Amino acid sequence: MLRGFLHLADDGRLLKAVARSLGRLLQGYGISVLIGVPLGIATARLRPLRLTVKPIVMGLQSLPSICWLPLAILWFGLSESAILFVVVMGSLLSIAISTEDGVSSIQPQLLQVAGTLGIRGPRFYGGVLVPAALPGIVTGLKLGWSFAWRALMAGELLFVSGGLGQLLVTARELLDVAQVMAVMVAIVAIGVVMDRILFQAVEVRVRRRWGLEAP
Amino acid sequence: MSTAANAERAGRPLVPRAHSLCAVLRKVLGRLLGRLSRKRLLVPFRERAAPAKIAVKSVGHTYRGRGQVVALENVNLDIHHGQMVCLLGPSGCGKSTLLYALAGTVEPSGGHVTIDGKEVKGPGPDRLLMFQDHALFPWLTVRQNIVFALRARGLDRRECERRAHEYIHLVQLDGFERSLPHQLSGGMRQRASLARALSMDPAVLLMDEPFGALDAQTRGQMHNLLQRIWMRQRKTVVFVTHDIREALVLGDRVVVMAGRPGRILWDLEVRLERPRDPDDERLVTLSRQIRTALREAQAQSRPMAGAGGEGRENAEELDGAGSGSSLDGGAAAGGVPHPAGAHLGAGG
Repeated sequence: MLRGFLHLADDGRLLKAVARSLGRLLQGYGISVLIGVPLGIATARLRPLRLTVKPIVMGLQSLPSICWLPLAILWFGLSESAILFVVVMGSLLSIAISTEDGVSSIQPQLLQVAGTLGIRGPRFYGGVLVPAALPGIVTGLKLGWSFAWRALMAGELLFVSGGLGQLLVTARELLDVAQVMAVMVAIVAIGVVMDRILFQAVEVRVRRRWGLEAP
Repeated sequence: MSTAANAERAGRPLVPRAHSLCAVLRKVLGRLLGRLSRKRLLVPFRERAAPAKIAVKSVGHTYRGRGQVVALENVNLDIHHGQMVCLLGPSGCGKSTLLYALAGTVEPSGGHVTIDGKEVKGPGPDRLLMFQDHALFPWLTVRQNIVFALRARGLDRRECERRAHEYIHLVQLDGFERSLPHQLSGGMRQRASLARALSMDPAVLLMDEPFGALDAQTRGQMHNLLQRIWMRQRKTVVFVTHDIREALVLGDRVVVMAGRPGRILWDLEVRLERPRDPDDERLVTLSRQIRTALREAQAQSRPMAGAGGEGRENAEELDGAGSGSSLDGGAAAGGVPHPAGAHLGAGG
């Protein structure tokens, strides 16, 4: 297996695949965050949206993200956009739900005091609402990241166009167990590094500063 | 006085007898004055000709929910500039509703509330509300909390920093500027919250049992602090409490309220010099007087209340509070939904 790993790393295929996958992931995840966080805030703050959008989001959440692939291929064709769509749909909903949860669990007193202090408009959203909901938002971002990662791998396996998933499929077709396992290890490694080290660290720091967790 | 001065001029030491004579005279005079004024320490508040800072005119409010709850019925109250007014009553008597009507977060279903002649419509920069909960932004340090609130008023950064420094010093939190709220004790958090409120320099400060969640000792310190600050700044303060002693320590006026429907029983002026000591004999006597009067009022209204069970329940509550000076007894008396949510419901 180690030999397979070294072999992959040696001829640069692994690096290229990782770069390709991460590039897609970042794009898809970025779009998810840009849409998901505002969507979550809007559903929490606006009553009509809470009544209409929230049940839809909750319902769609139970759909495994790879189930979006057929629709994505019909809409976007066999293109980069299709796989991005799957990644976005995989992470967007959980980000929106966690954000909504974070915003609605803000202490009502904090919002009231913001009102009586005369904090309004962008300053209210940027300075009070988002920071107050940040513990929930960070949890959503972490969840969204791992969902995006899974969606991407599933998408790459089924819909071949470079990346780690394709490397896995190629290895299987060549009956190269060592290579299959090597790619799997690489996938796990990236997931762990991102989740544990990056997000966990941010989450713990936020929770400590907010006084939700003993330092 | 003149003999003492002469004696000194003549180069002789002061005669000790003159000293003790003076002391005795002062003691006797003081006791006489005290006895004379004791009856007048608590007088009905007399309306003044000067225009009121805050005018409450025949305000009523009904909470609609499962069954209507009349939180306030025909309440009239004039509050003048620079007064510290305590709204005193058991929980569910509508005192908080009245306060929130002044703040503009509750729109009364009848009557008018005006400040400086202008009708109150929603929260405004001239009034500031303080809660039992400190409501500091947990992710900001003490200093940042103040600066952030001031920046929202459009002050420039240097002025904000200056004021933050000034008010942190005023509430004796020097050295804790960089602490986060959760790193502070309850009393310190409430002081930080007070500093933030005062730094905004509101014309009217509205306080909803701000010291209700603190232990007795810390509360005493907060009373001292608030009195000292008030004596210096003379802001108009409306302070809601269910603690008779607290109301007497803090208030120029104590407005005693009763529930079902929420109304004003008495409007009393407290004539004790400041700073007041909660263990002052006269203050303790006054507090006993008010409690007795409340019990009598309760007893009188009982047969008229019709629903006898409710009346008895209330009276028991007052009796039970005999050892402390709380009207609340901890139990939630009324079915009045609190305007600010469940957080405020928990009594001291």
